[in-house]
Amino acid sequence: MSAQRSTAPRPMWRGAGMKRVGIPAWLAGSGVLIAAALSLPLAYLLMRALSYDRALAVLQRDSTWNVLAGSVALAVTTAAASVVIALPLAWLTERSDLPGRRIWRILSVIPLVIPSYIGSFALIAVLGPRGAAQQLLAPLGVERLPAIYGFGGAALALTLFGYPYVLVTVRGALRRSDPALEEAARALGDRPWQTFMHISLPQLRPAIAAGALLVALYTLSDFGAVSLMQYDALTRVIFVHYRASFNREAAAVLGLLLVAVTLVIILAESWTRGTARYFRAGAGAIRQQPPVALGRWRWLALLYCALIVGLAVVLPLGAMLGWVVTAVRYGTLAIDSLVQQTINSVLVALGAALACVIAALPIVLLSVRYPHWLSRALERLSYIGYALPGIVIALALVHFGARYLPALYQTFAMLVFGYVVRFVPEAVGALRGRMLQLNPRFEEAARTLGDDGARAFGRITTPLLAPGFVAGGALVFLTTMKELPLTLLLAPNGFATLATEIWSASSEALFAHAAAPSLVLVAVSILSLRLLLRES
Amino acid sequence: MRNAPRWTVPATMLLLIALISACGSGAPGATAVPGATAAPGATAAPEATAAPEATAAPEATAAPEATAVQRPEPVADSEPLVIYSGRSEKLVGPLIEQFSAATGIQASVRYGDTAEMAALILEEGDNSPADVFYGQDAGALGALAAAGRLAPLPAALLEPVDSRFRSSDNLWVGTSGRARVVVYNSAAVQEADLPTSIDGFTDPAWRGRIGWAPTNGSFQAFVTAYRVTEGEDAARNWLEGILANEPKVYEGNSAIVQAVAAGEVDVGFVNHYYLWSFIAEQGEAFPARNHYLSGGDVGALINVAGVGVIATSRKAQAAEAFVAYLLGAEAQQYFSDSTYEYPVVAGISANPALMPLADIETPDIDLNDLGDLAGTLELLQDTGVLP
Repeated sequence: MSAQRSTAPRPMWRGAGMKRVGIPAWLAGSGVLIAAALSLPLAYLLMRALSYDRALAVLQRDSTWNVLAGSVALAVTTAAASVVIALPLAWLTERSDLPGRRIWRILSVIPLVIPSYIGSFALIAVLGPRGAAQQLLAPLGVERLPAIYGFGGAALALTLFGYPYVLVTVRGALRRSDPALEEAARALGDRPWQTFMHISLPQLRPAIAAGALLVALYTLSDFGAVSLMQYDALTRVIFVHYRASFNREAAAVLGLLLVAVTLVIILAESWTRGTARYFRAGAGAIRQQPPVALGRWRWLALLYCALIVGLAVVLPLGAMLGWVVTAVRYGTLAIDSLVQQTINSVLVALGAALACVIAALPIVLLSVRYPHWLSRALERLSYIGYALPGIVIALALVHFGARYLPALYQTFAMLVFGYVVRFVPEAVGALRGRMLQLNPRFEEAARTLGDDGARAFGRITTPLLAPGFVAGGALVFLTTMKELPLTLLLAPNGFATLATEIWSASSEALFAHAAAPSLVLVAVSILSLRLLLRES
Repeated sequence: MRNAPRWTVPATMLLLIALISACGSGAPGATAVPGATAAPGATAAPEATAAPEATAAPEATAAPEATAVQRPEPVADSEPLVIYSGRSEKLVGPLIEQFSAATGIQASVRYGDTAEMAALILEEGDNSPADVFYGQDAGALGALAAAGRLAPLPAALLEPVDSRFRSSDNLWVGTSGRARVVVYNSAAVQEADLPTSIDGFTDPAWRGRIGWAPTNGSFQAFVTAYRVTEGEDAARNWLEGILANEPKVYEGNSAIVQAVAAGEVDVGFVNHYYLWSFIAEQGEAFPARNHYLSGGDVGALINVAGVGVIATSRKAQAAEAFVAYLLGAEAQQYFSDSTYEYPVVAGISANPALMPLADIETPDIDLNDLGDLAGTLELLQDTGVLP
């Protein structure tokens, strides 16, 4: 890969004296297939919006644009706040001798599995004007806490349940970055913080940007937190049209608006990527680095980890336990068996994780190794589904599935396909960060030694990408565990997961009953993460 | 990793995917097996009523006049009846199991939000696998009827239900009633101090004390009713009057009841039965109660949860048996005992905890007249109630 972007429409990687290599047929073919699959929601939205005679009226409302601005502000704020929260956490859990590092590593990712709806409800129950915190403070004369609702509450909830996106991508980059660079800087006289600012941080830039992008798009697509926190975001308006007048056309116009915003955000992110290279030129080995000794700072570091985990994990779980205790006290708790739901949740999440990393691989290979406007377009296309509310994607797949694939409609395969359309960017982000650190010369060397392209890819690239597969797969796994709209609309009839159980109970205000599946969801996620992280 | 054969990773993944989808597509026959799970609260249903209605129904099906809609060919009974339910499994799962036990008709149920299930049926169009839609409010049923997605039901089947609670074209029927009420914090407010009309809450005395959920379907049905009975301008005035009192916006009825009990607001506009599920979970000490508006005030609107048969269903007979079952004594008693809703057929009384349906001074409104959902949305957006 050369330092400057090429605009020439020919596939390449170039380097001094390297022979040009065209895109292998299998890669091009799978790229086209994936592009077709990922454009389904867009095609659906265009079809609905173009058949709507009052599309312009929707766009001409002032409120539409105010709400759009509000959504963008929220997305930018949560992305920035997530970076601020996640960077120290990533460094502490990956590079320092923080006590209990392994358990913090897992706990700090757990907020990903807490559905924003449940998490926000718990935040309100505790931090609301008359919530549990106020009850604690009441003896001190606190009558009510400042309202949590609105922009602040929505940003708080989405940051707390979204920051792990940045955490996971940054951690992956930290783990695989080459310590020799930092050691060289130190040897040349840089102080530790200078090393961090000049060497580590720029190295982390693609990972930070990829994570922040995921948080921003997650925020744009979220409905649970913004509706409970009473913040007028674009998703709320989309839902209002579905719910109030069953108007799928008006909702589609707004969905397209969301797509436009997504494109702008993606372009902004790729602008921050610049044209830098992130792999080292010479031979070099990635090796275990000795952890940085925190010394006296370790107490502050522990406090920091405890604060974040406390707010994002312990507080929601505590609120749920509180509901359970209340229900037990009144003898109204009947816990149904959750075995089948747990199995179903894990199965779909595993299926989604595997399918997403497989689908992400061609996207990333194309965009990193064969930079071309088409391959970049494919990568950007993959992000569109992520910013749309789940119901839009679900309805798009229902539309095409019920018409053209009745044999697959409402099957497990279709559901997993839906998760891919929705969650593939999580895998793309993680895999891309890893891919950028791989020097293409490894593969070239393999070819020079006689391997053909596929062999080189299988023997060299795939194993080296493993950490990216694990990180991306883990992200998809966790988000699929809590996914609701696609599961409700696309799964086989009667297919219940932990997320649908939680929804089913909470939609009837049976919060104690929602607590049991939530706790199981968190427990299963912790166990799965332990397995996953041990593998890496 | 070093010695991993080259294609192990991708090959294992593909294999796993194939395996998982194979297991998965084998499983979807997950039909509601009667009695498989314990039916909480269902025990109260009287056993004596061994569902005579259900068996009687199919005979009454003597093809209604309005068979302009082409009925698809019926299929074998071995396939389960597919029900799309906008009501949650916790509420109606036990009831559907009782239906299967009583009639021998197996059911395969998809649970979801009412509006989303309606959108699902609209989107599936002629390819919908659904036989029955069972929804939370009349608005969704009306929307499906308007889009031609519902088949007419035999008139005799709907006869026992008050005409204001069913479609005038026999396309859907209400199965249980829910009243609009004002929930109030019983520690902060005396019921005697509450207005008897919903208009009373535009009084500045209520500034900052009201909770509402403008995105909620039941609330919107109430606004439509207001427009129909009092006129467009009056409805606009009311909305603006409430807005001037700076109401707190909540996501739904449960959130309002929770907030009222917590003292965040003193009163909230909700459906009557949410309060009772909180009381069931947290006991009589739960500090909120319902206030019924009186004098035929539109604020005391009665809406329904209801059911319709999908136009493309090939199991019309079984579908109609389900409708008949929901209108039968056993199901009606279940609503009264377990979901705190109002029965809609004569002879079954409401839960003794509730104010009897006959005592509610309801407005004179036919649910068929509440079809202009788009007009209500426009008014709500115009007044700035909704974004």
